[in-house]
Amino acid sequence: MRSATPWSDVLSYLVEATGETLYMVGVSTVIATAFGVPLGVWLQLTAKGGLRPNAAVHRVLGFITDLGRSMPFIVLLVALTSVTRLIVGGSIGSTAVIVPLAVGAIPFVGRLVQNILSEVHVTVVEAAVTTGASTLRIVRSVLIRESLPALINAIGVTVIALIGYSAMAGVIGGGGLGDLAIREGYQRFNDRILWSTVAWLAVLTTLIQLGFTRAARASDRRRHATV
Amino acid sequence: MITVENLTKSFQGVNALNGVTLDVEAGTVLGVVGPSGAGKSTLARCVALLERPDSGAIRVDGTDITALDGSALRAARRQIGVVPQGDSLLRQRTAAGNIALPLESAGIPGPQRRSRVGELLDLVGLTDKAASYPDQLSGGQRQRIAVARALAANPSVLLADEPTSALDPETTGSVLTVLDRARAELGVTVLVVTHDMGVVRKICDDVAVLEQGRVVEHGKVLDLVGDAGSRTSSALLPAVDLNPINESSYDRVADVVLVGFAAVGALLPEASHRFGVELNIVGGGLTRLGETPVARFRLGLNGERSDSALEWIGEAGGAVQRSLKGPQGVAA
Repeated sequence: MRSATPWSDVLSYLVEATGETLYMVGVSTVIATAFGVPLGVWLQLTAKGGLRPNAAVHRVLGFITDLGRSMPFIVLLVALTSVTRLIVGGSIGSTAVIVPLAVGAIPFVGRLVQNILSEVHVTVVEAAVTTGASTLRIVRSVLIRESLPALINAIGVTVIALIGYSAMAGVIGGGGLGDLAIREGYQRFNDRILWSTVAWLAVLTTLIQLGFTRAARASDRRRHATV
Repeated sequence: MITVENLTKSFQGVNALNGVTLDVEAGTVLGVVGPSGAGKSTLARCVALLERPDSGAIRVDGTDITALDGSALRAARRQIGVVPQGDSLLRQRTAAGNIALPLESAGIPGPQRRSRVGELLDLVGLTDKAASYPDQLSGGQRQRIAVARALAANPSVLLADEPTSALDPETTGSVLTVLDRARAELGVTVLVVTHDMGVVRKICDDVAVLEQGRVVEHGKVLDLVGDAGSRTSSALLPAVDLNPINESSYDRVADVVLVGFAAVGALLPEASHRFGVELNIVGGGLTRLGETPVARFRLGLNGERSDSALEWIGEAGGAVQRSLKGPQGVAA
């Protein structure tokens, strides 16, 4: 039994891996939001009873979305290698992981967003229609603004899910906390690194969840307090 | 101001509207009433330009607005302020922010928007609630904000779809007062779709009764109440036959409808005096339609000149609806 890794080394491992995880997850969340929210809006607009109902477009979009969601991430990670190389110029490392992470998350965000937007009551949307508002204005001022707290929570859920997916980043040399736990901790029988990483992951996801919950609450203008 | 011509609409083969024709004069309030399933909602949705009719026209100031698209459609929507059925306010916006929505759609700049919102809050009597969110307002207050929003972009027509259906009688009054003020102070033409005859009683100049997608009665409320067979009169006037009467104790028995202070106050004593007949009110009562007192009485008359007295009442402006006893059709 060799001596345990010194705590100072564990710490520097954790710092580096945390940086990689936050980088991969952060950038892919931004991309997934940038594409997933419009996808969700589009799905909702073309849905039956939406502002621009179009069964054909809706069905095609829905099919692609669900196809994307049904793909196991590990498969996506390797299947997208050539696409990744095309976009980021390489197929290994943290940056390379961002491509499959974002691609996997876009349909996920799209469905979440559509479900949330569909909760905005039809009377409220129609009232805005009767004011002569354009579709774009209704999307922005009514659909998105009315459901902003739920949308922020959904992005939070996406971040946590992506932290989970990013654990597989090690397969293509992406690094990160999951990779640290598996490669340095589990495969090298280094319990100190394994359990430190697990504990830190628990703390990190809790903090992120807390942050999004707070932000969602802050964005919610409804106040049930007495007048 | 707004006319509906021969409007038809069907859903999966079921005709909701079967050729509806209506006419609302500028600055008046029309109540569209009828039982559930009569097509009221469909009519309201067509007028609100949320539903396209299968055929027919809706004209505002002479222009048909049913076939428009794109920006012309949005401009037409601004001509028609809509108070939708049910809760329709943005919960993430203050009362003032909700009222501002149509002004934003119309591209009105900020400072003008704010002063207009202030005027409207004043009109609906909720200036102190400008910064409140819908969840902090009562149902009646929310509905008044919805009325203010509908009026924000200076529409020429205000359409209210069941504006009082979810409210208790007291708050119903406050919402109806606001609709009435909109007509009086802004000169807007109001179309109220409702199942509640109380709305017609309180604020409507005209009424249209819808049944199975057709207009079966349409006219001025005060004219229709004088017509014994009209649905409006039976719904709005006091019942005359609550107490059974002994018809044999009178020479003549007739129902009369009297409209207005002068008629209600003076016509019957005058008739009695002039023709020397004994005139008894044996049923019916007094009510109010808007500001106008209206009475429907069942009269029992005794005296030789009873028929002349009834005829005179008819000529003097009372509607003698029927003579239950004696020669029929004594007076119009």
